Formats: sequence, structure tokens, C-alpha cells
Amino acid sequence: MKRIVKFIILDILKNKIILFYTVLLSILSWSVFSLEDNNTKGLLSLLNVVLLTVPLFAIVFSTIYLYNSAEFIELLLSQPIRRSKIWSSLFLGLTLSLLLAYFIGAGIPILIYSPPDVGFMMLIVGFFVSTVFVSLAFLASIITRDKAKGIGISILLWLFFTILFDGLILFMMFQLVEYPIEKMMVVFTAFNPVDLSRILILLHLDVSVMLGYTGAVFKDFFGTKMGLFFAFIVLLLWAIVPFYISLIKFKNKDL
Amino acid sequence: MLGLARKLEVGVGKEFHSIKEALLVSSDYDTLYVLPNVYKEGNLVIKHSVFIQGIGTPVLDGEGKYEVVSIKANYVTIQGFKIQNSGYATLDDPCGIKVYDSHNVNIFNNILIDNFFGIYLQYCQKCIIRGNKIEANGTEEQQIGNGIHCWKSDSLQIIGNLVSGHRDGIYFEFVTNSIIWRNISKFNIRYGLHFMFSNNDSYISNVFKKNGAGVAVMFTHKVKMINNTFTENWGDAAYGLMLKEITDSYISGNHFYKNTVGIFMEGTSRIKVERNVLLSNGWGMRIQASCMENEVKCNNFVGNTFDISTNGSLVLNSFNGNYWDKYEGYDLDKNKIGDIPYHPLSLFSMIVEKNPPSMLLFRSFMVSLLDKSEKIIPSLTPEDFIDNAPLMHSLVL
Repeated sequence: MKRIVKFIILDILKNKIILFYTVLLSILSWSVFSLEDNNTKGLLSLLNVVLLTVPLFAIVFSTIYLYNSAEFIELLLSQPIRRSKIWSSLFLGLTLSLLLAYFIGAGIPILIYSPPDVGFMMLIVGFFVSTVFVSLAFLASIITRDKAKGIGISILLWLFFTILFDGLILFMMFQLVEYPIEKMMVVFTAFNPVDLSRILILLHLDVSVMLGYTGAVFKDFFGTKMGLFFAFIVLLLWAIVPFYISLIKFKNKDL
Repeated sequence: MLGLARKLEVGVGKEFHSIKEALLVSSDYDTLYVLPNVYKEGNLVIKHSVFIQGIGTPVLDGEGKYEVVSIKANYVTIQGFKIQNSGYATLDDPCGIKVYDSHNVNIFNNILIDNFFGIYLQYCQKCIIRGNKIEANGTEEQQIGNGIHCWKSDSLQIIGNLVSGHRDGIYFEFVTNSIIWRNISKFNIRYGLHFMFSNNDSYISNVFKKNGAGVAVMFTHKVKMINNTFTENWGDAAYGLMLKEITDSYISGNHFYKNTVGIFMEGTSRIKVERNVLLSNGWGMRIQASCMENEVKCNNFVGNTFDISTNGSLVLNSFNGNYWDKYEGYDLDKNKIGDIPYHPLSLFSMIVEKNPPSMLLFRSFMVSLLDKSEKIIPSLTPEDFIDNAPLMHSLVL
């Protein structure tokens, strides 16, 4: 398994696209931090980058990579290796290389410029978001054999989590404006890793007071060690569950 | 009884060993010189028009039991003392220095530390409180009094004091024709300046910093607020300046920096807000729909998350000739005024005002999309909430 992972990572790192992704991230982050006059603002601008670009790239790149390595997978399957091992190594390889790219591209400037606690949070959240969307890519690509369809599904997933979900939330808030929905919202954000990540970071910045009463409810929950633990567990579930489903499907798939 | 004013010296090896003795023999217009020592004399009551000068900052200690100095005479000056540890009682409010029903009392250059109330004036006229340093380390609102507390007074001058760690830094209730000038009020638990039913007052060149809830000015008319700095009042219910039921007032040359809300207005009318700087606030201004005939002009709005928000569609105020850093218009005729009007209200700020929980979507991609589209084709924000002459460049303020 180690050898497969190593092989996949090397294969991906040789890919020019991932290099481009790293350079893009680093240009974005360095420029954001040097353009904005204070680091908190830089961090807020970078937040949008992390929550938009990183998921988009992670999910699309992984989906395409999986389709392109169909032949390689078939080749591996002809060897005496267990299917779960192959699929897991692919997942590990993709995730690790994307995490590396994120760390080099965005992580270093974040660690240099931003205050340590928020920066660290941003780094962790970025790692989680990358992993979650790789995992979703695995699910998208196992659902259908058709490459175009698969990429379509993954882009839709991205669109849903970054934009549509927030629209739904807003709609729901206006429908339920008469009710105390704050606590319910805590539960609801768990259904979207991107929102959860965004709120986790906002709560660590001093803009959190602007979130008002709802923000206070969130802070009461996510501000505690228990809440943070819960949030990370949820993000971890988001990273594992889609992959796990795809793993089961891959095991039983007639290739 | 008419005689020459005398000079009484209090201190070790002097004529008087305690201030109380000296006060007993003193009569009007005498001068008391108090030499350095720690005087624990309980409550000092001043009943004559005397001048009390501390030399080398003698200490008056209330031992946590007494009101330290009570002034019950006119034409009293107290200067150069360190007054500390007054008692704590919510019924009779013991103070560092309390002035009862007097006029022309001067309180100069004292240091007041850890008193329940610092300086307290009631039913006073023409008093001057200048150059005092008033400090306490209050933690809860009900455990500590105000730094400078003025009640039912007239023609006061509060100048160059430093107040920190009290409940309200400076508190005015039913005080008229007074001036608050060049004070610094910071780290107070509630308000830096709390101002109620106090007409015809001015406060000029003060600094209000990191107070629990900023500055509150309420139920007052004809107040002038000029060249003050309101900074870092940051918290759930903190405002740089909160105006409630204010009329005919003038706000100019103030700096609002890093407050959750720069200026909050509710039920105010006929106020002119001009030449202020609103920089890096959460909300630059929140103007409730209950405000009318206010004029907001020639201000700089820079780096605020929301420049302005309001809670209704009725607009009875004018917002012309300001500089908005979010303005994206152009200036073809080069007259330094943007050619297209500016809508300072963002859609999201409207949404948040109607539905506070939606602040949760703050900084999400969808919200920025909504805002951008609303900027181009305004549909939901009130049409007449508009700056018809937005400036292209920020004013030098």
C-alpha cells in the first residue's frame, strides 16, 4: 500500500496542474496579505479563497484524476492486491498531495502573517476542506462511469456546498423568522462543511461580535473545547463517510 | 468676625497634626497647606470656603469605610491630593470627593484611586474639575460607581481628567450649560460618557477608548460633540456613540475607529453630522427609521464592514457629499464629485437588520454575490437612501 501511495503522490506531483495550483494559492495568499493593511482583513479575504478555490480545485482535480487513472486501477486490480487497498491508496495519495500543495501555497504565508491561533485554525480548516472535497470526488466518480457526468456531479456538489446551501439557509431563516432558530442553526451548519469551516474561523476573529445574538449562541457552543471537538468530528465525518460509501461501491463494482 | 485670611499648616511637626483639627479652626478664605503623610481621618467635611493645598501629594485614605472628602461650602478649592479607598455602599454612595449643593468649587490635580464613586457633584453650579486622575479596578457594574458623576448641576467645566475602570467614566444627568473638554475616559465597565437629560452641553476633544459600551447620549437637545475620538469600543452591545432621542445637535470632527457600531441613532432629529471620520468599524452608522431631518455630510466612510444600515424603508435624512471608500463610480467632468449617485446601503445589511440570525452568512460567497447584484440593480434597498454627490477622494480630516 505504501508503495502505491508513494507512486501516486509522485505521479501527481509530476503533474503540472498541481504545480499551477500551488503557485496560484501562493500568489493569492501573498498578495492578499501584502495588499491589505491589516492582517485580519487579509485573513478574511483569504477565507473566501480557501472556501471557494480549495474545494473547487480539490473536487475537480480528484474526479478527473480518478477517471484518468481508470486503466492504472485496472492494471493494479490484475495484481494480487485487495480492492480496498487500491482505493484507499488512491485517496491517501490524492489527499496528501493536495494538502502539501495547500500547505506550501497558502499555509506558509498564513503562518507568517496571521496571529498564531487564527492562522492555525485556518490551516486546519483548509486541510479539512481539501480532504472533504477529495472524499466527495471519490463518491462522485464512483457513481457513474461517464467522465462528463462525474465531473458534472462534482461541480454540482461544489456549487451546492458553497452557494446553494447558503441560499437555502437564508430562505429558511426568513420563513422561520418568528421562531428561535439559533440552536437549530448550529445543527444545520453541520450539514455543510464549508459553512462550518467559515463560522469556525469567524468565531476566532474579532469580527465575531458582529454576528450578534446568533453569533453568541455559536460562540457558546463552538467556543468551548467540547464544541470545537464536535466541529472537528463533524468535519472528519465529512471526510470519511463519502469516501467510505465510495469504497463499499468500489468493492462491489463490476469493472 | 471680619479678619484676615490665615494660612494653616497640617503635617508632622506643624501647628496641626490632622486635617480635621485644622478644618475645625478654619474660617472662610483660609488656606490649608497639607504636608506629605497618610491621613486616615474618616470623613472630612468642609463647611467653610477654604483653599486646601496638598504639598507633595499627601494621601487621604477612606480605609474602605468612609466617604473621604465632603464639600458643603461654596468657593472651596481642593488640590494636589491622593484620595483612596472610599467606602462601598449603594444607599448613600460614598465618594472620593463629593460636593453638596455648592457653587464655585474647584477640584484640581488630584489622584483618586479605588473609590466607589470618584468625584460626585450634586446641585452644583460653576464648578471646575480639572486635571484629576481617577482610577479604579471595577469588574462588575453594580460593584463600582462612576468616575465623575454630576447630577442636577449647571455651568460645570470638566477638563483634562483621566478616568478609567469605573462604571461610567463621566456621568451627566440633568446637567446644563456645561463643557467636557480634553478628558480621557477608557476601560470603564459601562459607558465612557453617559449623558442624560443634559441640555446645552458641549464635549470637545475627549478620548473614549475601550469602554464596555462606548458613549451614550440620551434624551437631550442642543449638544455639541466636536473633535472627540471614539475608539475600540468593541463588543456585542458596544457603540462608539449611541444617540437616543437627541434633537438639534451638532457632531463634527470626531474620529470613530474600530467600534462595533460607529454611530447609532434612534429617534434623533435635526442633527448635523459633518466632517467626521468613520474608520474600520463594523457598522459605520446605524440609523433607525425613527430618525428624521438629520443631515450627514462631508464625512469619510473608510474600511467599515457596513457603512450604513437602517431598519425601515422610510428615509427622512440626507446623506449628501460624503466620501465612501466602497463607491465605484466615475467622475467625467473632473469636479471631484462622482457622476452617479451612491447607494450606501448594502443588501446584506438590510437583510441582517430584518433578520439578525442571517449574519451567520457573513463573508459567505453567496452574500457577496447578492450584494454585487444589488449594487448594480437596486431593487430591495430603499431608493431614496442615496448620496447624490459622493466625493471621489477622501476629505482631509
